[in-house]
Amino acid sequence: MKAKLRRLLSWEGLLLAILALVVVVNANLAPAYLSLNNQINLFQLSIEKIIVALVMAFIIINGEIDLSVASVMGLAACIVAVLFDRGVPMEVAIVAALLAGALCGAFNGFWVAYIGLPSLAVTLAGMIGFRGVARILIEDRSISGFPAWFTALGQQPLIGPFPFSLILFALLFTLALIVLQYSGVGRLVYVIGHNAAVARYSGIDVPRLKLGLFIASGFVAALAGVLLAARLGAVRGNTADGFELDIITMVLLGGVSIFGGTGNLAGVGLSILVILNLRNGMSLLNVTGNVQTGVVGMLLILSVLLPNLAQMARERWQRRAVQRKEVQAGVETSVSS
Amino acid sequence: MHTWRQRIRPEQIRELSLIGLIVIALLIFGWQIENFLSARTFNRITSSVAIVGMVAIGQTLVVLTRNIDLSVGSIVGFTAYFVGSQLAANPGLPPVMAVVLAVLTGGTLGLVNGLIVAYGRVPAIITTLGTLAIYRMLLINYANARTITVDSLPSWVVELSRQTLFAIGDFAVRPLFAITIVAVIGFQFVLAYTVFGRRLYAIGSNPEAARFAGLPAQRTVLAAFVLCGMLAGMAGFLFLARFGNITAVAGQGIELESVAAVVVGGVNTFGGSGTVLGALLGAFLIDLLGQGLLRWLGISEFWRDALLGLLILLAVASDSVILGWLRRVWAAPALRAEVSNEG
Repeated sequence: MKAKLRRLLSWEGLLLAILALVVVVNANLAPAYLSLNNQINLFQLSIEKIIVALVMAFIIINGEIDLSVASVMGLAACIVAVLFDRGVPMEVAIVAALLAGALCGAFNGFWVAYIGLPSLAVTLAGMIGFRGVARILIEDRSISGFPAWFTALGQQPLIGPFPFSLILFALLFTLALIVLQYSGVGRLVYVIGHNAAVARYSGIDVPRLKLGLFIASGFVAALAGVLLAARLGAVRGNTADGFELDIITMVLLGGVSIFGGTGNLAGVGLSILVILNLRNGMSLLNVTGNVQTGVVGMLLILSVLLPNLAQMARERWQRRAVQRKEVQAGVETSVSS
Repeated sequence: MHTWRQRIRPEQIRELSLIGLIVIALLIFGWQIENFLSARTFNRITSSVAIVGMVAIGQTLVVLTRNIDLSVGSIVGFTAYFVGSQLAANPGLPPVMAVVLAVLTGGTLGLVNGLIVAYGRVPAIITTLGTLAIYRMLLINYANARTITVDSLPSWVVELSRQTLFAIGDFAVRPLFAITIVAVIGFQFVLAYTVFGRRLYAIGSNPEAARFAGLPAQRTVLAAFVLCGMLAGMAGFLFLARFGNITAVAGQGIELESVAAVVVGGVNTFGGSGTVLGALLGAFLIDLLGQGLLRWLGISEFWRDALLGLLILLAVASDSVILGWLRRVWAAPALRAEVSNEG
């Protein structure tokens, strides 16, 4: 237990050190970097992804994965746009999009929780299928011209310098922190992720919790999709395409194990800061979006590879130490006899 | 009494039912759509199955070991562009060298995946999600917004997709499709009869048991990824030959198509069961349904993805539910015999 605690601490310590490095380098590159406006802007540019990353943390800690989130984001954005385009009031369109997101999540969750299919395969099908539904709805059009209050919600500050989506993220982060770290449901998420069979034999309703998590994932992804539509002011068939890579990277870099059962929101929060500041720094250096994505991909691999290599080295070192002790013990016995 | 049960395993029904589905689809489309069973449809389907099928062979090898390779689309694109630019620069490059170059390029990228997964113990989905982005980044930087055009390529490359190797009636078999069929037959043999092939199944169906049995799991998984990269490289060459015009987004989405083909073809995503032939049939069925349904229902191209997603889900669900039921049916006589023996 103590060893585990120390390892977690050291992982977050490592993230903190990387973050400090990135911040120092960025601050030296551009004086404007540390200004409040740039810091808010840096959050604002990826706000939808980091909102979804919160619920993705629950899913992965629970031992599952949801590859369909980016497609649900795109679908929700398309539903809002298409309904608005057909003259439906914006408020109704938003509610419809959120419901559709929850429905997508329920669809994924049903197959995973009650039929027992692997979430990787189900959400891969969802990733293709939900994007497909979005394309059926919007075809190759680009819809814009949303009401002023809607785009203002995504682009203008609401309270002081803070825009609505950033305040929403802060609220959701607090809520997720309380639920995951300090509530019974949160403990169940860990227990099931650690060993679903044991959880089932302990009388926990595993399918219900998994279904609930997938519905939450779909709902939050739809919410993020609506926010994305508001911020961009235009929606196309490929809106939010490929976002799942960034979202999953944020969670895994935060120290959440892909096999479930371990990780916490403090780590995820830190990794979000690292990735956002890194991307911001690369933008300051005029590094293109593709290279940024490539660097995030590298970070994703390294975030799992480095701890693995460290552990392998430690195991080898321990084995050597044991062997040395055995050799020494052997020498001593031979001397004494 | 139940000899037919002993001859056919439930897993083999999968391939038979795929062939059945393909025949039914062909009959329905041929009856409902005018001129569906034509040389043109055949040519269109075989050209696209040639590329996806080649990638699906490699994907099968990887999925059999309980892994997945999501970077194959980027490998196809990278190889197609790289070999294309080399051919444009040195038009005298012999065809064999071009193919070797493509296979080696793909194999190198596959080697990186394999090393990280097998020896770095990083889950395949994380590794290849990362390299999907990294290889694409390499390609975009290498391409630098330039396009490879048909006119810059030597004529033999482009001819590959137009020539007729041999014809059965009106149906002309192009070299591209023939190459993929040869590869499928070869790997079907490798999986069924070689030590390496059987190891892939053993490691995928029970990694722990395979390790205790002393199988070189790490080396085998590495080999699966390298082969997958090489086959994706070969598919990149086919891609170049088929399209001729290559941009930095070439091959995007092939990873999903190959996973779909493999899953629909009955390869278990938990590893350990499935065949290359099944994957090819899966690719064929998906393309056939895509072409046929779009024309039959008169719906637009935009429906393709939604149908594909649904098809994958149905395949996975039927795999799990129906196969589980079939296994119980198969096991029933043995269980009954056991009970009566005890009584």
